[in-house]
Amino acid sequence: MKILIDAIRQLARYPSAIAGLIIIGTLIGMSFYAVITIPYSEAIKLWQGRDGVWNEIPRNAEPKWVNLFPGINLPETFILNSEDIVSKSLQPLGGGIKKIEKRMEFDFGYDCFPQEMSLFFDATYDERPPHVFLTWLTPDGREINLAERRADAPYRISLDRDLAREIGGLAPEVGLFADPFAEEIVPLQGRYGLQITGWLFEEDSSLDVRLVVFGQVHGIAGTDHMRRDLMVALLWGAPIALTFGFLAAVGVTASTFIIAAIGVWFGRWVDAVIRWITQVNIILPVLPILIIVGTFYSRSIWVMLGVIIALSIFSAGIFVYRAMFLQIKGMPYIEAAKAYGASNFRIIFQYMLPKLVPVLIPAFVMTIPAMVFLEASLAVLGLGDPLLPTWGKVLKDAWVNGALLMGHYYWVLLPSALLMMTGLGFAMVGYALDRIFNPRLRES
Amino acid sequence: MLAVSVRRGVENKILFSAKDLCTWFELRRWGFFRVGSVKAVDGVSFELRRGETITIVGESGCGKSTLAKTILGLCLPARGELNFDGKRLNGLNTRQMRSHRSKIGYIQQDPYGALPPFMTVRRILEEPLRINKTGKKEEMKRRVREVLAEVKLTPVEDFIDKFPHMLSGGQQQRVVIARSIVMKPRLIVADEPISMLDASVRIEILELIRGLQHAHNLGVIYITHDLSTVRHFSEHIAVMYGAKFAEKAKVKDILDNPLHPYTRALLSAVPKLDPANVTTFKEVPPGEPPSLLKPPSGCRFHPRCYAIIKGLCDVESPLEFEAKKGHSVACWLYRK
Repeated sequence: MKILIDAIRQLARYPSAIAGLIIIGTLIGMSFYAVITIPYSEAIKLWQGRDGVWNEIPRNAEPKWVNLFPGINLPETFILNSEDIVSKSLQPLGGGIKKIEKRMEFDFGYDCFPQEMSLFFDATYDERPPHVFLTWLTPDGREINLAERRADAPYRISLDRDLAREIGGLAPEVGLFADPFAEEIVPLQGRYGLQITGWLFEEDSSLDVRLVVFGQVHGIAGTDHMRRDLMVALLWGAPIALTFGFLAAVGVTASTFIIAAIGVWFGRWVDAVIRWITQVNIILPVLPILIIVGTFYSRSIWVMLGVIIALSIFSAGIFVYRAMFLQIKGMPYIEAAKAYGASNFRIIFQYMLPKLVPVLIPAFVMTIPAMVFLEASLAVLGLGDPLLPTWGKVLKDAWVNGALLMGHYYWVLLPSALLMMTGLGFAMVGYALDRIFNPRLRES
Repeated sequence: MLAVSVRRGVENKILFSAKDLCTWFELRRWGFFRVGSVKAVDGVSFELRRGETITIVGESGCGKSTLAKTILGLCLPARGELNFDGKRLNGLNTRQMRSHRSKIGYIQQDPYGALPPFMTVRRILEEPLRINKTGKKEEMKRRVREVLAEVKLTPVEDFIDKFPHMLSGGQQQRVVIARSIVMKPRLIVADEPISMLDASVRIEILELIRGLQHAHNLGVIYITHDLSTVRHFSEHIAVMYGAKFAEKAKVKDILDNPLHPYTRALLSAVPKLDPANVTTFKEVPPGEPPSLLKPPSGCRFHPRCYAIIKGLCDVESPLEFEAKKGHSVACWLYRK
């Protein structure tokens, strides 16, 4: 224990170790933030994307920070709801029929067209849904009739082919915002409006509308092909990756180490049997076995963790640790310790173990990112956990949907960057620990 | 020196004795089947009084180090009797054996390997005290400083917090010696304490051990393959060959009048400051040291011996004959 505390104190002397610790600390902070702000069940629900949780989020949107680059001014999503209504009137027509008029206005000041437009109705009725007539008002005073329809299903303005034909063959989200007098197709900046005229056919009927103008950017991380905010996966990927990496590294290192110690300590047939099993085990290919397990049994990340640890109990590391243990067992100072009466327990833990700590701790720290990468590779190969949002699964989605081909660089960049930072952080700490635990590697 | 001689004038009592001591290592195949045993120590007897030194000399692989480990209780004897300070050591349980071991100091050959590289000098010297639970923390601290001063690693502050790799070979060996006396033992086993040191510090280390011996009236079992240091260092000498003692006597008797053919060969191999050595070729016994797995029949030296008596030496193992008072030799040439 004292050794570890000393080591942590000495880490402060190495700038690279501090940088590594900052990275690891950030990742751990990210994990706590993710787990606290998005509870587990919430994260699963969000990532599955059922019940239209992502309805009002643009598809394949770039992160918002791209607007910080000069010359880029991509529109953000904006939602017009009852708060943006500038005028409203309700006029009973008799026979329970009411005429409702609403007008919403908003400013549009971007150099790019929005990605998509949808109108969502929030209507209450028993049998007859309200009827609406929609008019689009442009800054230069034009009035474009959008549609006349029943308010029982969302009106996907972007998918309205009749409207597209009417405004000159342009996609509605382009045509409605285009400057009619410009030579090129550029958006006209200014104040736009939407006039809604509705008829309610029932006494208790009501009508509320929301216009969603999907932007080209969303959040810090952008969105994917299923409109999911990538931030959910990037945030939640951290606790999953760290937990997986840590548990796998503990399992792999500790089991290998203990088996090696047992073999050396008891010697004779125990050692022989351990060596035979190890020799067989190390020629078993790990990845194909994981693929078989993932394909035929379960892709759960915890099953994968168990299989990885089980396969590495008798891994090649045993030969490494065994060789070291044998060497240490034969050291004169072990003999000296026996000569002045040290117990077996003391010899193992105070004399043999400290000699291996220099190798063990850095190896353990370096195993963590290796396991994180392994988990990500499994996810990219399609063996990711079916429920959990992980970095590997984001990469897999990006790859399947041709993210780089389509220019969605952020989709690949962010999870890869997080994976690489994880590796970098642990590696920097690992190398510093290596120097600390091997006094002879220390600079004098 | 006066105090020493006065103390020596008193008849010191026997500190350590071994009788017909045998240490065998069993060889196994696949961890199961016995395929034989290496008889590293095979029927060795000697005794040592307080304040005296016995040197055990022999070539590599003759069983010297195994004898040392058996004395220390690190190897269990297959047969024979060990007495230390009036107590019989055979059949002690693990705990008793541990406390026995802590009463014998052990100086090893390789000073760097003998010190745990991850412990400071302070910790190294405290370990035996902690393990054997001797006294309070303050006492332990005082004792550590005391022994460091005794082995002349002064000023103590310069050494106490160093790691072994920061010290020179001679300083490391001083730490090893300090550790061997930290428990105030009555017997020290020094297994080739100077053979891995620079020639320049060898004498210092031997003198240090000698000085400690006089100061504390210690018994010393000094194991070496180098006869040149023996004369000024010890009272008794035992020549070991093929797991047995070939000859055993006072140092003077053996160095001046060696009896066993092997001892003679060994002594003639010691370099002397004589210009004639440049041109002369030394006679060395032909052949190899005997295998301890399958030792030669009869006298173990007979395949290399110039005075072999056919039909006796190669058949019968020689008994220990007392050629003179206190000078025994295991050779048929001296049969009566």
